Order: sequence, then structure tokens, then C-alpha cells
Amino acid sequence: MSITEILFWGLSALALFSAIMVVASKSPVHSILYLIVVFFAISGHYVLLNAQFLAIVNIIVYAGAIMVLFLFVVMLMNLNAESEPKKHRMMQFAGLISGGCLFLVIISAISDTQHASNMVQMSTGGDGLIKNLGKVLFKDYVLPFEISSVLFLSAMIGAVVIGKKESPPTPKGGDL
Amino acid sequence: MEGLGEARIMEIKWYIGLAVALFCTGIVGVLTRRNSIIIFMCIELMLNAVNLLLVAFSKMHGGASAVVQSNPNVVSDAQIFVFFIMVVAAAEVSVGLAIIVMLYRNTHSVDVNFLNRLKN
Repeated sequence: MSITEILFWGLSALALFSAIMVVASKSPVHSILYLIVVFFAISGHYVLLNAQFLAIVNIIVYAGAIMVLFLFVVMLMNLNAESEPKKHRMMQFAGLISGGCLFLVIISAISDTQHASNMVQMSTGGDGLIKNLGKVLFKDYVLPFEISSVLFLSAMIGAVVIGKKESPPTPKGGDL
Repeated sequence: MEGLGEARIMEIKWYIGLAVALFCTGIVGVLTRRNSIIIFMCIELMLNAVNLLLVAFSKMHGGASAVVQSNPNVVSDAQIFVFFIMVVAAAEVSVGLAIIVMLYRNTHSVDVNFLNRLKN
């Protein structure tokens, strides 16, 4: 077993374990911390695939910005394991069964294809490096890039409009 | 990772398996939890599983296949695609969390069952 394979399996086990813990842990703060671990493991996979730009973007955007936003919201709402709404046991079981069925169906469908043993070239090729992707992004994809800035602007305005307090304010309500 | 010349490949099925497992974990989370923040996090998890699979598919075949020879930029294009998915996800999270905060402010709970009242 080479180092690449060991890293692949280690990161996969870490990602899967943390993903299961995201779903299974009682406290929302623990779920968020486990989700950060998942994102770091996925970033490790990107590095293994020589997609360094995406690995860095994944860490900065997801683990850095988005999860801090989640953590901030959870802290703001003062959620903990005691206030956690619980679903009926039967419904949890049904959800688990249906998710497992979907997993089995997709896996068995994939394993029937003849392309399942195509090889993924890891840690080769400079296509995922920042230099190359920057050139492509600012040459061929300038328009989508600029449009995404408009998207961010509208998302920001939308978040402010939605999060704004309505006319009769509650005496002790939190304000973003 | 020097000196591993021939061993730097994995079969695509392992990546598919990992991504499908992560995706189904997200689906189980969406189906079994009632906390809207955790449901939202599970959606992010599913999004990331798909991103990982897209990157893995972009590196399939290396530089030898007909696809790569007809379009040399195919790997960059795939990764730019994933980049834009991340951009849209970031915008989506900000709006979604604003909606959850407003839900909490109106109902003092993050339970999605409170959204039942939208039926009437």
C-alpha cells in the first residue's frame, strides 16, 4: 500500500466518521465542529487529487466563512442538547432505512458499469494549480465571475432584508 | 510523495463510493433531524460530496483520453465549475441562515415542524 492509498483511506475514514457524527451528535455545536472536520478531510482529498486551488478555497470558504456563520447563528440562538427537538423513533428509523436503501441502490448500479475501474490520476497534472486556474478564470470565465459578484451582492441585500427586524420589536429580541 | 510513480492512481469507484456514502449520510440527516440548522448543514455535506466527485471525475483518464485531447482545458473547466458551485453555496448559506434566524425570532425555536403552519 502506497502513501497515496494510505492517505486516501485515512481521509475517507475521517470524512465518513465525522459525517456520521454530524448527524448523530446531540449538540448542534458538536455537529458544526464535526462538519469542519469533514471539510478539512475533503480538502485533503482535493490536495491528493492535485486540486490545490479548490482545497484552499474549500478551507477558506467552507471551514472558514460558512462554518463560522453557522457557529455564530447557533451561539446567537443559544442552542444546546437539551433544547434539541427530537423526532419520533419510528421516523428516525424510516429515514435511516430510506437513506441506506438509496446508498445500496446507487452502489449496486455503479458496480454494474464497466467504467467503475477507470483510474483517477492523482498528484499529476498542473491543471488544478492556482496559476493555471487563475488564467482560465480571468480569461474564459470572466463574465460568470463578475456575475457571481452581483449574486453575492444580491445575497447580501437579501440576507439583510430577511434578517431585519419587523416593525413592532420584541423587548429582548436579538438583533443581527 | 516522491518515488511512488506508478502507485499514484485510485480507481474511480472508490471515489464514487465515498461521495455516495457522504451524500447518503446527508440525506439520512435531513430525514431524521428536526433542527433546521442541522438539516441545513446536512445539505452542505451533500453539496460537498458532489463537489468531491466532480473533482475526481475531472482527473479521470489523465491526459490520454479522447476527451482530453479534443479539449485540453477539460480539467480546468471542471474545477472552475466546482469553484462556481462553492460561490453559489456561499451565497445560499447567507440567505438560508437569515431565514433560519427569522424563523427563530418568530417562533423561538429552530424546529422545522413549526413550519407546518405555512400550510394554512
